[in-house]
Amino acid sequence: MNKEILRGLALIVVVAGLYFVIRHHGVPDGIKSTAVEHALAPDFSLPDLKGQKLDLSSYRGKVVLLDFWATWCAPCRDEIPHFVELQSKYADQDLQIIGVSMDDGPEPVREFCQQFKINYPVVMGNAKIGEAYGGVLGLPIAFVIGRDGRIYSKHIGVADFSFLEREITAQLRAQELSPSNQ
Amino acid sequence: MSFPIKSQRMLLAFISGTTAIALASLAIASHASLIPASRLINPDELVKILQSAKSEKPLMIQVGSHVLYQQAHIPGSEYIGPGSGENGLQALRKRMEPLLRNKFIVLYCGCCPWNHCPNVKLADEALRAMGFIHMKVLYIANNFGTDWVDKGYPVAKGDYKNGTPPDWGRHI
Repeated sequence: MNKEILRGLALIVVVAGLYFVIRHHGVPDGIKSTAVEHALAPDFSLPDLKGQKLDLSSYRGKVVLLDFWATWCAPCRDEIPHFVELQSKYADQDLQIIGVSMDDGPEPVREFCQQFKINYPVVMGNAKIGEAYGGVLGLPIAFVIGRDGRIYSKHIGVADFSFLEREITAQLRAQELSPSNQ
Repeated sequence: MSFPIKSQRMLLAFISGTTAIALASLAIASHASLIPASRLINPDELVKILQSAKSEKPLMIQVGSHVLYQQAHIPGSEYIGPGSGENGLQALRKRMEPLLRNKFIVLYCGCCPWNHCPNVKLADEALRAMGFIHMKVLYIANNFGTDWVDKGYPVAKGDYKNGTPPDWGRHI
């Protein structure tokens, strides 16, 4: 009888624990996981701030964080220092952040990049790339793209940085061991 | 004449503090959240007006990003430029100057969550300063994608083509 009571109590503790973990450490708002399909990230070739073309396909084999942003977007600006830090921290593990500016022209973007010491490439976006990525109709939006060129998550609005970092490190670790990437 | 080092430090701290407060106030002053509720219109209300054969149709102006406008905008609305920049405000004043001051106007952006939108409040203020009295600002809580496109409201793509008013009856 006592054993049954203990089992019951243990079950309650486990359920309560699971509830707590999911409630407090679950997927944050604004994140839409594409875990089921992992669609291929649409390729693009866009000019960077020096007018040189940047092709997404040339980063295949790296984990890419694709950040749609604009200089006039306050939440986007708040994210930039975190992205600069992430790029520095994981550059040697093959993380590549690419900024896609949705500004109307490159002038304010150049100035901003210098001011914020952005240490990753920034290209000028357009409606075509926005539509290719499902419509960039609000900023910021960031995509985590695996080494295999597939989209693993989409973050709408300001990212939860600790969650994003865990997601990136998981991608860096998971796929470097994958036979398909050997 | 020289100040003691302690006084210089205090002066420097005072200047830094007041500058920070001034900059923060400036940023907060441009927030859309400061627009009174009485001057706002919700997406569903606007759609009803556009749908109705009897209602006066507003002149709708997008005061945000051109790239976002090209992807999706309210059919019949015009792109002017970001209200947060002087170029955008100048273009807005130029476009509105010849219009009657009782013209029904709806401004919108949808670039960012409402509390962060840098564009609509300054555009609203610019038009009020010009004497426009029949104006509303479209309340877009999250962004144009979530609060307009995903709700199934009509959308047009590309640049505005003058002289081809949308057929709202067909869309809704």
